[in-house]
Amino acid sequence: MTTQTVSAPPKRRSIREQWNNLSRPAQWAILIPVVVLIYFLPVLNPPLIATTGTDFPNAMFDVARYALVAIGLNVVVGQAGLLDLGYVGFFAVGAYVAALFTSPNSSLHHLPYLWTLPLAMVITMIFGIVLGTPTLRLRGDYLAIVTLGFGEIIRLVADNVGPLRGQSGFQGVGTDSAGKPFFANATQWYWLTITIIIAILLLVGNLERSRVGRAWVSIREDEDVAEIMGVAVFRFKIWAFVIGAAIGGLSGALYAGKLGFVNNQSFDVITSMLFLAAVVLGGAGNKVGVLLGAIVVAYLPLRFVQLADYNYLIFGIALIILMIFRPQGLLGARQRLLARGRQAYQRLLGRGEQISGDSALSADMQGGPR
Amino acid sequence: MTPFLAQTGSWISFDVHGLAQQFWNNTVDGLALGGIYALVALGYTLVYGVLKLINFAHSEVFVVGAFATWLTFYGLGFRPGATPVLSVFEIILFLAIACLAAMAASGGTAVLLERVAYRPLRKRNAPRLVFLITAIGASFAIQQGLRLVFGLNQQPQIRLLQPETLFRLFGAAVTNIHVILFVAAVLLWFVADYFVNRTRLGRGIRAVAQDPDTATLMGVNKERVIVITFLVGGLLAGAAALFYMMRIPQGAIYNGGFLLGIKAFTAAVLGGIGNLRGALLGGFILGLVENYGQSLFGGEWKDIVAFVVLIVVLMFRPTGILGESLGKARV
Repeated sequence: MTTQTVSAPPKRRSIREQWNNLSRPAQWAILIPVVVLIYFLPVLNPPLIATTGTDFPNAMFDVARYALVAIGLNVVVGQAGLLDLGYVGFFAVGAYVAALFTSPNSSLHHLPYLWTLPLAMVITMIFGIVLGTPTLRLRGDYLAIVTLGFGEIIRLVADNVGPLRGQSGFQGVGTDSAGKPFFANATQWYWLTITIIIAILLLVGNLERSRVGRAWVSIREDEDVAEIMGVAVFRFKIWAFVIGAAIGGLSGALYAGKLGFVNNQSFDVITSMLFLAAVVLGGAGNKVGVLLGAIVVAYLPLRFVQLADYNYLIFGIALIILMIFRPQGLLGARQRLLARGRQAYQRLLGRGEQISGDSALSADMQGGPR
Repeated sequence: MTPFLAQTGSWISFDVHGLAQQFWNNTVDGLALGGIYALVALGYTLVYGVLKLINFAHSEVFVVGAFATWLTFYGLGFRPGATPVLSVFEIILFLAIACLAAMAASGGTAVLLERVAYRPLRKRNAPRLVFLITAIGASFAIQQGLRLVFGLNQQPQIRLLQPETLFRLFGAAVTNIHVILFVAAVLLWFVADYFVNRTRLGRGIRAVAQDPDTATLMGVNKERVIVITFLVGGLLAGAAALFYMMRIPQGAIYNGGFLLGIKAFTAAVLGGIGNLRGALLGGFILGLVENYGQSLFGGEWKDIVAFVVLIVVLMFRPTGILGESLGKARV
């Protein structure tokens, strides 16, 4: 962890610095109109942004769903530096929880749809603990491969276990006993998702600024050193894994409710890679960055339908190019590692701190050519 | 949750009787399949040994070989459908041509991959996770490129050699293809082992694997060694692709590499990644375990067995059965 002062381009730095120097109410004063605008996007249906191929509110819901997933995966990959290639597994578990407890195809006791959202989170958290406990002792590449294996196991179980209904799947997910869907149109689903995203962002933001968040960053930057300095590495890794899993499960349950149908087809590795691509493209460890990444990943293919066929090809190439020229993503993380140190800094110098953590993906880049 | 289970019976059924009955069939087939895993695993192991990098795109290198095999068969005038009647000499000739084509295609892809995706990162001294994500990107790009060229469906099968039972082993039919696969895998492994352990270039590979900086000081051209490592891995994957296409003629499909790649990687980890002998051992063990698992749990659980084996091995013995040792191989 080095302290960078003047090496970054001055303009971007100053915007970030200005933002950090604003008081909390001033930040809110800027944020609230933006949030209101985001809420009303599907209603306004702005001409240049609106999608031509897909219904715009539907597309917006998809973007919001990816954004939620990206926030969850960012906790695991960006904050704690655990490369999880099987995140779609948690997404699948959440979707199946919603399906099993609301679909008429399921023989389980039925619940109102909204109850399945917290239930999905609880059950994916249990899955997170079950999967995390044995595997989080592994590191780096090995962890990536094992999580990939777990993601595939969950998908294969959904393929092959009778009660999960394989390809025929569950219909009428999210409907009540009269068969009425929970929300009539996509805009309402979008609003629900955005509200959840804001709540999750606040919670995750608080976590990041807490002792837990600092532990995650220390693990991400150097696990051995963190351990020596007394950070309970394993426990905090599980924490990150479980919180990430819960958000993934929540997102899966929302997806299942909106679509009204769940089968084994939408939980393959490619989806997992797209989730990861959203995080890495935007900038792992930076919440604004991953939201941007999610928008890029989910929105562009829907906006430019003519590209849909080349979608994944472009992705692959873009991922290579980006990793070569900007390994920290579009917006790299500037982890405010010392939340209190920042305040002290401000009091002393009257300006924002310039601590750089960079992202999980460029931890070794310090001093290297950029 | 009880009514859930009570109504639907058990989730997984065990068929011990089937396992006992199919044991020798599974053994024969598992060894043949394991040979393919072993050859692909050698590519993972070599690259990991030298660069400490899981070459995630190696599975796509294999798929390119599979398509090259299919195209060569097609170009030689064979069409999907009935197996042609050929003399032994012709079969060997055509297979040799296809083998060379597949090896060239896979080897070329592997070297290109190294050049385009990995070398720029190495120059920038990027951390290892960035390599992995680049590898994923490369894997995506190659896979989708193949999809755009060849379409979503698997290529219709072309067989040069019909499986014929040569002899029986404890009642299990051993076909000519089983024998070819097993012998070829062991033979190619010997060639690779000889290359790495006995030749000058192989010594360079081992030197870089052990200590890149010191090796450079001793006059080893590190960049060239890395290219050669990728090339050797690619050549072996190409050969494996040919043998795979002999066993599973409909094997050329754009996303066919993922599962095989992950199994080959499992094999490499199982034996001890970075260890040539480990790759061979791991390949055969995985082939056997997978086939036994298939009989025990049913065919649809076959792939899960591989993943479970991978996780269990990594949990209890992350360095595999024989441990990592490319750099510490005998001098």
